[in-house]
Amino acid sequence: MEKFNRLEGLVAPLDRVNVDTDAIIPKQFLKSIKRSGFGPNLFDEWRYMDVGQPGQDCSARPKNPNFVLNQERYRGASILLSRKNFGCGSSREHAPWALLDYGFRVILAESFADIFFSNCFKNGVLPIVLPANEIEALFQLVNVTPGFKLTVDLSAQTVVCPDGHTIPFAVDPFRKECLINGWDDIGLTLRHADKIGEYEERRRAEQPWLFA
Amino acid sequence: MANNLYEKLWQSHVVHEESDGTALIYIDRHLVHEVTSPQAFEGLKLAGRKPWRVSSIVATADHNTPTNHWDRGIEDPVSRLQVETLDANIRETGALAYFPFKDRRQGVIHVIGPENGATLPGMTVVCGDSHTSTHGAFGCMALGIGTSEVEHVMATQCLLQKKSKTLLVRVDGALGKGVSAKDIALAVIGRIGTAGGTGYAIEFGGSAIRALSMEGRMTLCNMAIEAGARMGFVAVDDVTINYLKGRPFAPTGAQWDAAVAYWRTLHSDEGARFDRVVELRGADIRPQVTWGTSPEMVVSINDTVPDPAKESDPVRREAIERALQYMGLNPNMPISSIKVDKIFIGSCTNSRIEDLRAAATVLKGRRIAANVKLALAVPGSGLVKEQAEREGLDRIFIDAGFEWRMPGCSMCLAMNADRLEPGERCASTSNRNFEGRQGAGSRTHLVSPAMAAAAAVAGHFADVRELL
Ligand code: SF4
Repeated sequence: MEKFNRLEGLVAPLDRVNVDTDAIIPKQFLKSIKRSGFGPNLFDEWRYMDVGQPGQDCSARPKNPNFVLNQERYRGASILLSRKNFGCGSSREHAPWALLDYGFRVILAESFADIFFSNCFKNGVLPIVLPANEIEALFQLVNVTPGFKLTVDLSAQTVVCPDGHTIPFAVDPFRKECLINGWDDIGLTLRHADKIGEYEERRRAEQPWLFA
Repeated sequence: MANNLYEKLWQSHVVHEESDGTALIYIDRHLVHEVTSPQAFEGLKLAGRKPWRVSSIVATADHNTPTNHWDRGIEDPVSRLQVETLDANIRETGALAYFPFKDRRQGVIHVIGPENGATLPGMTVVCGDSHTSTHGAFGCMALGIGTSEVEHVMATQCLLQKKSKTLLVRVDGALGKGVSAKDIALAVIGRIGTAGGTGYAIEFGGSAIRALSMEGRMTLCNMAIEAGARMGFVAVDDVTINYLKGRPFAPTGAQWDAAVAYWRTLHSDEGARFDRVVELRGADIRPQVTWGTSPEMVVSINDTVPDPAKESDPVRREAIERALQYMGLNPNMPISSIKVDKIFIGSCTNSRIEDLRAAATVLKGRRIAANVKLALAVPGSGLVKEQAEREGLDRIFIDAGFEWRMPGCSMCLAMNADRLEPGERCASTSNRNFEGRQGAGSRTHLVSPAMAAAAAVAGHFADVRELL
């Protein structure tokens, strides 16, 4: 997993509640057996005027000029700003894969759906929960400030505005450490292989029907 | 100390706990399907890791498989490759059971696990699929996980988890005629919202839940994820135990007796505490219909489409406006005046035998309306289909003008050929009405099987209670 520590990045606003994983990456792209290449189809139905197909060259497709990521001022954005319940819906990890492949490393929202939230951490994407008033203020700032950037510092657990206004955020210590070090959590878990084995043997003796 | 069911399930599965509360939870059952597993198998191979306990794995191909012309195989080459990749991975790795495309017992993963007795009370059950919450109906801790977690479970038989908060949803009193578990699920989501259960494990309790069959409880727990909860469950009782007896992977003989004795402890103790309690009265729940693009956008059949002008919160107002525009609806129109183009009866929410019976009861001796272009009945598994055919339900569907299809996820997410055209409106027994869910530009209204049948007959949403 790619490490994450500090990022100064352009912010793109996606002003909607309940952005679901079907919107982030529509189902036809889930047929892929790879982990990469989903970026061109991120938000496919909102981003293009036609219906996308897997394996297609997206550069020539008609774009929806009203969709925020198609606006020149947000080209190269690496921080996505949205509202409540971001990432709700299916467990598809293709959603964080697509966001990452497009170039987003941070998502700021008022709340996230649980599975999406944990999928992000497994892929080097940092989802940050901020209070509603801060989210609202950020939307206002982004709208009126071309080239609006934020600095996200995971070690310090802060989001810093250009004027120095600093918003602290909470993050689970274990996930933070994994992300900063780019650790693979399977390797970490396997340090406890003996304990897992012991647990398993005890259960096998107590509840053998689970191991039929 | 009085424990609630979640605490019991949690405590019995903790292998190791970090100082910050992150725990390694042992996984008893790993359900696998073709869409979220290929990258996990590949990751395992690339890292040179072996699966920890293949006998925990039960797999099937369901999302991409066609529901007709099985003799032609899977015609879409991209879908075919994904299904063949699962075939190859399972062949190489092994599994307790694999129900591949065309197998007699193939079907939607959340239907075949329980019907084969592969989901047992007290288990931890995971699947790379959010609707894994379905299995909580058996008093399980059942979690949907992402592909990295699928790989993690394969490699370590464990999942990293933090303890959830607990929410008790209590529904007391009898349900009215024509009101089903699906209506309870939608009414709960309407009450608490799609983020209302975020961070919580939901226990469904109360006399209305106790009165539900196992299939009804599965429908309810299936939708827990749409309320934002990663899991939902119901305590074990006689209904659970009677359902399991004699299923292929359920224990037998002395082990059955030992298992039952343990399962009987799987309920919240008298006086157990919950972080939050929500109460509904069964008698107040009317047949539900969603009108928008999120399952929380739901009203009863007797209501009207909401008016954004009456909403004071600007973010909510805009969400309503956007949903109405996408759905092609006007504020204040009666739900019963909304005409439908297609009907879908199926999905892991409502494709079991009782769902088909409920729809057939409404359809018997009736025909789908002239404006309904297509009505699909898609059983959840090969075994459900066989049972329905033994009961003659297939004839009722066909005589009413439905197409009687082979099992699979089908139009629930439209990864195969079953989908809506842009702008088409569907009465669907599935679980998600998101934009584009049933095909680009599709318009989905979530309803119960009986309500889907009523809409098929009327050509518009209709109160099924008047047809019974
Ligand atoms: S039926 Fe629908 S919700 Fe259920 S597993 Fe299949 S695609 Fe997912």
